[in-house]
Amino acid sequence: MNDSALGWWGVPLAILGGAIRASTPYLFVSLGECLTEKSGRINLGLEGNLVLGAMSAYAVSYLSGSPWLGVLAAGAAGMLLGMLHAWLCSYPKVNDIAVGIALMMFGAGIAFFFGKPYIQPAAPHLPAISFGAWSGSAQVRSALEINVLFVIGLGIAPLLSWFLSNTRWGLMVRTVGDSRDAAGALGFPVNSVRAVATMTGGFLAGVGGAFLSLYYPGSWNEGLSSGQGLIAVALVVFAHWQPMRCLYAALLFGGAGALGPALQSVGVTGGYYLFNAAPYVLTLLLMMATCSPERTLSGIPGELSITK
Amino acid sequence: MNTLAGGQQTGQVFDSSHSPVALEVIGLSKRFGALPALEGVSFRLWQGSFHALLGGNGAGKSTLVKCVMGYQPADHGTVLIGNRECVIESARDAHRHGLGMVYQHFTLVPDMTVLENLVLSRLPIPKMIAWKKERQRLETLIAETPFRIPLHKKAGELAAGEKQKVELLKQLFLQPKILILDEPTSVLTPQEADGILGMLKERTRSHGLTVLIITHKFREVMNYADAVSVLRRGKLIYSGPLAGNTPAMLAELMIGNETIARIGERTRAEKGPVKLAINHLSADSDTGALAVDRLSLNLHGGEIVGIAGVSGNGQRELVQALSGQRKPDQGGICIDDLPYAATRREMARFRCNCLPEEPLRNACVPRMSLAGNLALRTFDRPGFTRWRWFIDAKAQKEHALELIERYRIHPSEPGRRIETLSGGNVQRLVLARELSGQADLLVVANPCFGLDFAAASEVRKQLMQARNNGAAVLLVSEDLDELLELSDRIAVMFEGRLIYEAPIAAVDLDEIGLKMAGH
Repeated sequence: MNDSALGWWGVPLAILGGAIRASTPYLFVSLGECLTEKSGRINLGLEGNLVLGAMSAYAVSYLSGSPWLGVLAAGAAGMLLGMLHAWLCSYPKVNDIAVGIALMMFGAGIAFFFGKPYIQPAAPHLPAISFGAWSGSAQVRSALEINVLFVIGLGIAPLLSWFLSNTRWGLMVRTVGDSRDAAGALGFPVNSVRAVATMTGGFLAGVGGAFLSLYYPGSWNEGLSSGQGLIAVALVVFAHWQPMRCLYAALLFGGAGALGPALQSVGVTGGYYLFNAAPYVLTLLLMMATCSPERTLSGIPGELSITK
Repeated sequence: MNTLAGGQQTGQVFDSSHSPVALEVIGLSKRFGALPALEGVSFRLWQGSFHALLGGNGAGKSTLVKCVMGYQPADHGTVLIGNRECVIESARDAHRHGLGMVYQHFTLVPDMTVLENLVLSRLPIPKMIAWKKERQRLETLIAETPFRIPLHKKAGELAAGEKQKVELLKQLFLQPKILILDEPTSVLTPQEADGILGMLKERTRSHGLTVLIITHKFREVMNYADAVSVLRRGKLIYSGPLAGNTPAMLAELMIGNETIARIGERTRAEKGPVKLAINHLSADSDTGALAVDRLSLNLHGGEIVGIAGVSGNGQRELVQALSGQRKPDQGGICIDDLPYAATRREMARFRCNCLPEEPLRNACVPRMSLAGNLALRTFDRPGFTRWRWFIDAKAQKEHALELIERYRIHPSEPGRRIETLSGGNVQRLVLARELSGQADLLVVANPCFGLDFAAASEVRKQLMQARNNGAAVLLVSEDLDELLELSDRIAVMFEGRLIYEAPIAAVDLDEIGLKMAGH
């Protein structure tokens, strides 16, 4: 069986492979944002976490030679940004959305500042698992070459879902996110719970950044993220704040992002840039389809500043 | 005010001379800024008694119990439980000392199921929750109470009465020795209230539970309480056994020598022509569920039609549809036989005005001045503009000063932001704006919610006056006493429909209560 034998069948296959590849940062950021928003805060700054995470991961991986240390560094950097967000928002009358936008700029800014020396050198990459070794087709093999971070994310989504509905801490996060009154009456420390949720969310978003610089595209430069962190935040709304739906939504968006390259691979080059805009168009379309001025969204945490 | 006050005393008479003191408060004081909320309040709760705490709005009842529960720190004073001094700083401390409280505002998590809410209030909450076991445990516990609650439903989807029951269950499962309740029956039908209070009263006898209940319903005080304490403006006026007190005496203790506006007589016996006709109106709620279900109603000039019902049965959506805040899905609204879409132009033409619930949120711009808010209906009308396109601030201010004086709005500074006013004054201000232009149709929702006696009777007087002047008034209220006092006709709204309608002379209170519960 040779490559060309797949023909047009290569397109869905390439989209599948691309979806898995491109969805990983969406997945991590949206899971992080999902957890943060469940606790009643919006952290719009996760784009900053993503960029800073990408830079830190690349730098540490390059300096230490271990990509996994890079992933940890990315998480730690994201966690620090999350901590900053939580600390600023713990003051009364501070708007979490404004803080988030400021931190988005801040995160990207320091990533560019410290990242200048790492644009040229090559750092060791994260490994991938070959699920396609059984196949003789190179296309199948490459599509089923699945990165380890995606597999981890695949595990985190149901774990987060289980955590939110079956553990004491999960119930605490949801209580704090849905009704400050109830949390007060039960004696839950609202600010601390939100701080931990925001920091954990920041950690996950940072790890999403590590994927960008250490796997795909697999290098560090300033245009690396191109707004994926922001799209992931919108994706949480579309997923109605459910971790498992975040996973499906991330795959959908990843697939949309892979549309352009997939079509190009079979020779459709017209409208390449148009197809590359698919995730953005999809975001708009989904928001239009799922949001209505007449009704409130189901599952939206009651304490979010956009709900009030 | 005591139309509902029945006579029968349930259970045996409570004798405080043989029981120990369950809780004693000594010299409790609390200030909010310069405002004293509580001044040296001392009183005792006897173990196994059913103690009612009465007082007008702002008398300090809620502050008192919140200080006892450690929800707010008191400035001075001590709390003794079982004759031992206790420092209570949090809900957990209170629980340790055997105190439990049902708050006035629901403290359920709306997006969680009843089951999850009940597990949450368990102390300590298990690290990992075995839902099957918890469900079985709770089902057996609930079976011992007279309540039937669907465990799988989300708390946000429950009716107010069911929510109140869940709140109460939450506390009962913690097995407190002293249970404090802050207006637990304000959103219940009389039958539901009797169910809950009857069960609590029984527990005071069978389990030795001590109950402290804040209420403003004399019927409940007379029927259930053993002892009563009355607060007025932060001071304890009376504390002692209920026996020997009549509702009128208690009311006098509560309000002191304040003058209360009399409601005013009903004049004009004959009805005017149909003013407002609602035909098969349907509207969705915020969540997209059908809230108003093909509702029809005719309202004549010179009459007040009262809509009773437990909150959450579509009243809010009905008022919003009439006031232009919600688009109806189906059916129509006609005023004077002409279709009405609640545009600003039509409101001015038909002189249709509205006093929605929570007026600061629904009928005011909180950060605008009093003058600005008073001019919201008129700022672009002749007399209030300069060269047609510009606002005449001077005319606005003069108009505002006149209304502020006539409606006794306090503080009387037209330039002040409205959000700094008390609830009663906001209510008066909106009423002034809506009534000053000579309303022909008035839609009013819970106009006296959160107002004290004096302010409430003032508002009711205004409504009666508007009716006597020929206006058609639609009064949506959760307060049955208020409806009975003001209405010419009463209808009951249940699940988006009117399921009962009767002229006031033919109204049967028991039947209204049953209809409110959907029977």
